[in-house]
Amino acid sequence: MNKFAFVDCKTVDQVLGQLGDGAMVKAGGIDLLDLMKEDIVSPPRLVNIRNVDSLRGITISTDGLHLGPLSTLSEIASHPEIQRSYSALADAAGHAATPQVRNMATLGGNIMQRPRCWYFRSSDFDCKKKGEGSDECHAHNGENQYHAIMNNSSCAMVHPSSTAVPLLGLGAQVELTSKRGKRMVAMSEFYVPPEKSVVNETVVRPGELITSIFVPAPEPGTRSAYQKYGEKESFDWPIADAGIVLVMDGARCRKASVVLGVAAPTPIRSKEAEAVLVGKTIDEGTARAAGKAAMLHATPLSQNGYKTQLFETAIYRTVLLAAGQMQRDQSAVG
Amino acid sequence: MADTPKIEISRRGFLKGAGITAATGVIESANAFARDAKGALHGAQTIGPDAQPIKLHINGHELAVSVEPRYTLAETLRDNLGLTGTKVVCDRGSCSACTVWIDKVPALACMTLAVDAVGREITTIEGLSHGDTMHSVQVAFVKHDAMQCGFCTPGMVMSCAALLERNPNPKLDDVKHAVSGNLCRCGTYPKVFAATLDVAQQRAQASGLVNLDTGTEA
Repeated sequence: MNKFAFVDCKTVDQVLGQLGDGAMVKAGGIDLLDLMKEDIVSPPRLVNIRNVDSLRGITISTDGLHLGPLSTLSEIASHPEIQRSYSALADAAGHAATPQVRNMATLGGNIMQRPRCWYFRSSDFDCKKKGEGSDECHAHNGENQYHAIMNNSSCAMVHPSSTAVPLLGLGAQVELTSKRGKRMVAMSEFYVPPEKSVVNETVVRPGELITSIFVPAPEPGTRSAYQKYGEKESFDWPIADAGIVLVMDGARCRKASVVLGVAAPTPIRSKEAEAVLVGKTIDEGTARAAGKAAMLHATPLSQNGYKTQLFETAIYRTVLLAAGQMQRDQSAVG
Repeated sequence: MADTPKIEISRRGFLKGAGITAATGVIESANAFARDAKGALHGAQTIGPDAQPIKLHINGHELAVSVEPRYTLAETLRDNLGLTGTKVVCDRGSCSACTVWIDKVPALACMTLAVDAVGREITTIEGLSHGDTMHSVQVAFVKHDAMQCGFCTPGMVMSCAALLERNPNPKLDDVKHAVSGNLCRCGTYPKVFAATLDVAQQRAQASGLVNLDTGTEA
């Protein structure tokens, strides 16, 4: 790790005053320290926000769920009201990484993680995502069994955030604060796909800090679930994960969000799968058809064709889990 | 370390603490850094990049150490303070061999900067035992032969002991969940589960029958 100065802040104003000149924000520090140990980033200054009290706390109000960005994944996973009304979010937070990581990792840090791609994460490789001197995507011709199977023509990274999947499905918004004021960004606009910019991963601008994450109160009849599939039962990145939000009118599905996590470089909604579910009675047939529809436009690479089957299964089983027609999958993670 | 600090935590105090933690349950155990860091730095205060003296609260003692901000808590414990019970294996937060308690919550010493631990209550494996008397989880690990090469054992014990503090009557699935981050390449998990459940059972029996202060589980 490079040498750096550590600036411990107590207020948002102090944090905003410290940003710039290559400084990086540190909350739980899990992804950041990982990147620093691998020499992927070498910031001269870390701005510690972990002791900023105003960035903590989980509040439920009539309009929805207000999450301080310093809420840990453990706090979110164990919160009774989140488990009840925002099940997919509790599921996603509770099945990320390990208990120790979940006790430290924050929601803000979770959605701000850098992408997973072993070429990007290795200082031995230059690539176009790293910006300087290379126009290569090594995953396209190299080892790519865990890479993206959709929207992968420019860069085949995947975004590892489990919580981003339900946050997108539940219509969450991220509050960004800078010296010039605040702005709200919908989760659907938060991530920048590589075909728009291979370098910028989010719309967060220099000098901005995530100060709140808001999830609107679910409509009556809303049911949601999240399941993640990986090679190991614990501490593993997903190789397929699905977040499903259904608004049910009796047995009939009135609205649906089908979100795929590590299918593409950013979490995406599958309009094709949603079109299959809306207006239908949810049963095994419609759930399977939704899984198939979601993979219609998949463009797997040389080694990751198996992920299309895994996503079809993840979507089918998670739709039925959300609808209350199937138990949590024993072969899913956790 | 040449001058090993005397462990001041009493068995009675430890068990009382266990009861309190159990009563408040899950929320208490959900954030390794939730409590206000008493004695932490005030205002936007800069440390480093060169080594600077800091004070860490470890196993009930305030210890002074001089570190650069880039030193992890695991490195500081082992290299600067001689507390080598905390192991470093992956150094990336993947294996949990370096598990310590930060404000009573299991956390990763390898992914915590030492300067970020100022004002926190750190408990390491050395802080679990009471002088020469091992912690009941350690005793049970010996009894059940719950270790082979032993490298994951300190972290494993920290996870199991923390579980018993917040849940005195765990089921097998609770123990599995508690050590789901602790990687053991020797495959000692079944014995780790048995040891932890044994402690819970002994404590439950003892609480009805004997004074826990005698601390003779073995």
